[in-house]
This record gives sequence, C-alpha cells and structure tokens, in this order.
Amino acid sequence: MGFMDKLKNKFQQKDSEEVSAKYKEGMKKTRNSFSGKINDLIARYRKVDEDFFEELEEVLISADVGVTAVMDLIDELKMEVKRRNIKDTKEVKEVISEKLVEIYYGDDDEEIEVLNLQENELTVILVVGVNGVGKTTSIGKLAHQLKQEGNKVILAAGDTFRAGAIEQLEVWGERAGVDVIKQNAGSDPAAVIFDGIKAAKSRGADVLICDTAGRLQNKVNLMNELAKVKRVIEKEIPGAPHEVLLVLDATTGQNAMSQAKTFSEATNVSGIVLTKLDGTAKGGIVLAIRNELHIPVKFVGLGEQVNDLQVFDANAFVYGLFADLLEEDSE
Amino acid sequence: MAFEGLSDRLQSTIKKITGKGKVSEQDVKEMTREVRLALLEADVNFKVVKDLIKRIKERAVGQEVMESLTPGQQVIKVVKEELTDLMGGEQSKIAVADKSPTVIMMVGLQGAGKTTTTGKLANLLRKKHNRNPLLVACDVYRPAAIKQLETLGTQLNMPVFSMGTDANPVDIAGKAIEQAKEEHNDYVIIDTAGRLHVDHELMNELQQIKTTVRPDEIFLVVDAMTGQDAVNVAESFNEQLDISGVVLTKLDGDTRGGAALSIKAVTDKPIKFAGMGEKLDQLEAFHPERMASRILGMGDVLTLIEKAQTTVDEKQAKALEEKMRSMSFTFDDFLEQMGQVKKMGPLEDLLSMMPGAGKMKGLKNAQIDESQLTKVEAIIQSMTKKERQEPEIMNASRKKRIAKGSGTTVSQVNRLLKQFSEMKKMMKQMTNMQKGKKGKGMKFPFM
Repeated sequence: MGFMDKLKNKFQQKDSEEVSAKYKEGMKKTRNSFSGKINDLIARYRKVDEDFFEELEEVLISADVGVTAVMDLIDELKMEVKRRNIKDTKEVKEVISEKLVEIYYGDDDEEIEVLNLQENELTVILVVGVNGVGKTTSIGKLAHQLKQEGNKVILAAGDTFRAGAIEQLEVWGERAGVDVIKQNAGSDPAAVIFDGIKAAKSRGADVLICDTAGRLQNKVNLMNELAKVKRVIEKEIPGAPHEVLLVLDATTGQNAMSQAKTFSEATNVSGIVLTKLDGTAKGGIVLAIRNELHIPVKFVGLGEQVNDLQVFDANAFVYGLFADLLEEDSE
Repeated sequence: MAFEGLSDRLQSTIKKITGKGKVSEQDVKEMTREVRLALLEADVNFKVVKDLIKRIKERAVGQEVMESLTPGQQVIKVVKEELTDLMGGEQSKIAVADKSPTVIMMVGLQGAGKTTTTGKLANLLRKKHNRNPLLVACDVYRPAAIKQLETLGTQLNMPVFSMGTDANPVDIAGKAIEQAKEEHNDYVIIDTAGRLHVDHELMNELQQIKTTVRPDEIFLVVDAMTGQDAVNVAESFNEQLDISGVVLTKLDGDTRGGAALSIKAVTDKPIKFAGMGEKLDQLEAFHPERMASRILGMGDVLTLIEKAQTTVDEKQAKALEEKMRSMSFTFDDFLEQMGQVKKMGPLEDLLSMMPGAGKMKGLKNAQIDESQLTKVEAIIQSMTKKERQEPEIMNASRKKRIAKGSGTTVSQVNRLLKQFSEMKKMMKQMTNMQKGKKGKGMKFPFM
C-alpha cells in the first residue's frame, strides 16, 4: 500500500465525518492553491531536473512553509530521488507528501496534540500572541466548546490595554454562557488573572481561560509583563498554567517563527491555535515551527461562528492539504 | 533577531566578491542567489522576487564598479535601486474633496488593525492638518468593535457615529455623511469590519458602501507580517474596490515586511502610512527607500541619520564634543545625552537601524530594557551636584545614600560608576584616534 493510501485509510477510519467536511471546506482554498500547484507542476515537467526542483521550491515557499525548511526539504528530496533512481515526476509526488508529513511529525508523539485538561482540578489556560491574530475570538470559541463538553468555564479579561477588548470578551462570555472576571481598562493584567484564579477556585470551575493583550514579540517590557502574568499563575497553582496557547494568524509569513520562539522563551508555549485558516491562508509555517520548536498545533480556526474552532487533527490537516492528490489517486 | 543570520550572510557574500574592476556574471549570480533568499525570507512574494532578480541580473552584469565600492556592494546598490524604484516615491498626502466632507474608507482583513489605524489617522488629520474628523463605526459584526472605536473617540475627544449592531453598514455610512454635513465635520473616516477577500457577500457590502458614500480615499490596511498571501489580498481588494492607498501596520515589530513590496508590485498603489506602535500618535509617513533597506536586512541608516539630526541640537553636540575632548564630561552631561538618545525613540529601534549592529559583539542578542535607562537616570538624579561633577569623591556612605535615594542597590551604583569611568576612558581613545582605527567594544551603561 502506498503512502497516500495509508494516509487516506487512516483518515477515513476517523468517525467524525462532519469534521472532515469542515476541514475540506475550510481549507478548500488552501488546498486548491497548494496541491493544485504541485499537480500542475508534475503535469508540466516530465523529467525530474533542476528546473523542476526550482519550481517545486517556489510552490512550497508560496505556502509560507519557510525558506530554510524548504531548502532542507529540497535537498532531502534530491537525495531520495537519486537513491531510488526516480526519473518520472509522477513518482516524485509521493515522496514529496511523505517528506512533508515527516517534517510535521518529526520524532514527536501524537499525544502532545491533546489539550492538557486536569481531572477534578482547575485547569488554567493562558492565551498569548501578537496583536490582531484572534486571541479573544479563539477564547470565546474554546470556552463554548469546553462548556458543551460539560466543563464549568471562567474567563479572565487580561487584555486591559486595547480599547474595547474587555467588552469583546464579555460578549463572547455571554454567547458561550460563561462568567467573565474583569477589572477596569488600564489595570494590571496580573491582578486580573489573580482575581480570575481566586474566582475560579471559589466557584469550583473546571477551566480558567486567561486572555492577554496582543503584543509584538520584540517589545521587551511587554514580554516581561507576560512572564509576570505566568509567574502569578504558577505561584497560585503549582503546575499551572497547564496550557499556554500561542495564537497564530495563518496569513502570517516567516515572522510566525520568530513569534513562536520569543513567546516560548517568555511563557513556555505548549500549543498553537492557528486562526483564519478559512481564508486563502496557508499556514505552512506551522510545519517548520513544529519541526524546529516541537510546538504542536492544537486548534484550528476555520470560520467566524462560535463552533468554528476545531481540535487540530494532523491527519485531517494533511488530508486537507493533499485531498486533491488523494482523490485523484483513487480515481 | 530572527534575520540576523541572513544579513550576515549577505554581508559575507559582499565581502567575498572583491577587488575587481567590473561586475562579472559570476559575481551577480552569487549575489542574486543570496538576495533571492533574503527577499523570500522577508516574505516578498516569490513571483515578485523572480521578476526582480531578472531585472537585477540584466542591469548589474558588466557595470563599472564605482571607486568606493566593491563589486558585491555595487550589486547591492543595484538591488537597492531596483527595490526603491519598485516601492515608488514617498506619498503620504491625503485627498481633500472639493466639497466637504472628504470621505475615507478603511478596509482589510480581520486583525489587520483597521480600527486602531482609524483612530491614528483621525489624530493625524487633526494634529497635522487641523481637520475635524467624524469617525464612523461600520463594523457591526465583531463583538465590541463599535465600543472599541467609541473608546478611541473618547480618548481623542472626537465624535463617533454609530447605530448599534442591528443596523446595516451601508445605511450607517450614508447617515454618517449626512450628520457630518450638519455638524460641519470636514473629514469622515469609515471603519469597516474585517473580512476575507474571498468572502463575496461581505466584499459586496463594501462595494455598496463605496457606491453610497463615494469615498475620496480607500485605504487598504495590511499587517506587515503577512506572508506570501499578501499579493492575493491586495490584488483582490484592489480589483473589487479600486483602493487609493495602503497603510502598513505593526511595522514596529521585527518582521522584515516583504509584504510591502508584494503589495506595491501587484497593485501599483502607494503605501502611504506605517503603523509604528500601539499609541494613537504612532502613525508615520511611509518611507519606501527605508523599507527597501529593511527588507534586504541592511539596516536603516537613513532613518537613523534623520532622527539624530532632528533631535540632537547642534550647539549642544558641539559643546559635548568639546567636553569629551577635554575629559570634563560629567554625569550631568551624561544625563543630558541620555535624554537626547531617548528623544530619538525606542533604543531597540535605533539599534535595528544600524547596519551590522547584529555583528557587533554584545549587541547581537542585546535585550535593551528601557527601564534600565530609568534606573540609571534615577541614580544620577540622586547624586549631589558635587558628586555629579567629581565622581572621584564617591565613598561608601555616599553610595549608600544614592542607592537608597534611587531605589537601587549599592552594587548597581558601583556598576554605573565603573561604566562611567570606562566610558570616559573610551571617549579619550575615540577623540585621540583618527579615522581608520576602530574602538573596542563600546558599551553603554544601560545595556
């Protein structure tokens, strides 16, 4: 059985038909521009030569996979092609997909993709990221989802800086039917989070999700502030925060790597929420981030509705990227 | 910084290609390879890169190498010129309608920074052009978007027109214009909801608003960190709305901002402004030439020079130079100098503008903490006049008093004193040495 079939089987075993439909729909544009291009490329080149590789390089770069990762990948591909003595571009297709999936998985266990929820204890989730990536929206969706699953959820409005941020979280709190702990705009975010922990404890909540203000990762003071927020949580609840989610905009280019690195240094990021994947966005940079920093994607934002946040399913993601290739193969 | 490695690589390639009178094809090939990587790393769209590299090759091969340059530098010069050509000249004018009010529409993807930019633009119109704008809240979709604009309006003490979230954005925009006429607002800035360029329904809504209000400017707001997709976003918005200009936001981050180049290349519309921070006065005119340097990772000498020119008073500078020479530089002078540096803007900005700053020892990963500056200031301010003039008289009890007064520790005071005396020594060296010799590991007390 070929690699693609294996992947396909693996995916089809998944019982959640609905999820796969969502992924396919949400990522339609991504897929069209990506696997479509690879197919087109393979159709145009019959021979595997330098020009072929150069154009393949461009296709990958256009998906924001990242220049370094692409260069490495191309080098590996060239070796593989030589080793297996592949001359036909059609055969090379499988190797490409194989390598791409390899980049994502690396040596990591799949386990790390699951949200780390504590049993019978308060789980604290800290949400961080640069400005405008969709932190508050993702929190609203996540709160809704966790509540649906039977958890008592509380939100802490830690973005005390941006105009309207507290109100925005409050609207999401209403939509999801969960309490929001807040102070006035301009107050110390660490104090708000502290209040959030106290409230979560006294009200017997299962999950506390802490919103923070967006900040560019090169602002040292603001990153220090974030580290302080994390320390406050650590001090109140040993072992917390149980998850630090970095929200990344899928339209972001190479800077996403810098974001992942710097936010990790300040807060030890445990997972990524990849938002706005319903655009023409590609989010290829998550391959490189997982490969280099071993930070997995845990959720994917596929739309603006309250239930448009999906648990990240690596197989589905890969399937989404390569659906056209798979379907074509089976015809 | 994330791109240090790349700019170093570029620099080393420049150095490799030396000592020839003419730029050979091989030189160009080697350089363009690195340039291509640099551009791609900077998120310039690969198609744009391809065209650019082709043109650079054509132009650079066979060029005479200018006297002061190496062939590598000569190629970079061509690259920079090409980039600058592509970016176009500086254009930060805002249209003025024949008949008031002038209408500006803000459009873009979610999270690009439209609402914040709306506030900044209004502030700029009032401060620089003495205008009286009305802000219009047409984002009825995102929770609390109206509240966000209203808060900005309160901060700026400017009127905000809104009709709640149940109204139709097209109606809101239309009514806002009527109100502006009645209230004699000479500018109307319409903040619209963020939307995907592939969302037909919402793009249609923008077209309707456009037909209704007939805007004099349509600004596409784009996040400077946008990747390869920037071309599609810009192309789509431009095709459907015929935008008049672009505002690039979050340029105070460490992104190289290749999106700027992509956008300009596909739309041929000017990038007029750049968002440089979260505060409402941090909207600057966009400088295409500097952006070209930034994308290439070659530092932004121009900005640095200009900033220094505007903030450092020449007379003061002369007096300072005199003092350096005569070694009578005191803590008072130091304090003054620090004040001037501060005026030039955030230190990390200044550093990132210095070409090769990444290569300087100790600067590579220098985390410049501005609060350190405040500490240094506090320590100096806690000194007596005499102590500032003659730091030699410092003893244990004086240090203790200073530490207490400035809320620092004796060891911090000691460190500053030591660094100050080293700095003085260094100044002596610097003034003694004429051009050609290099100073050793310059270090300021706040690094």
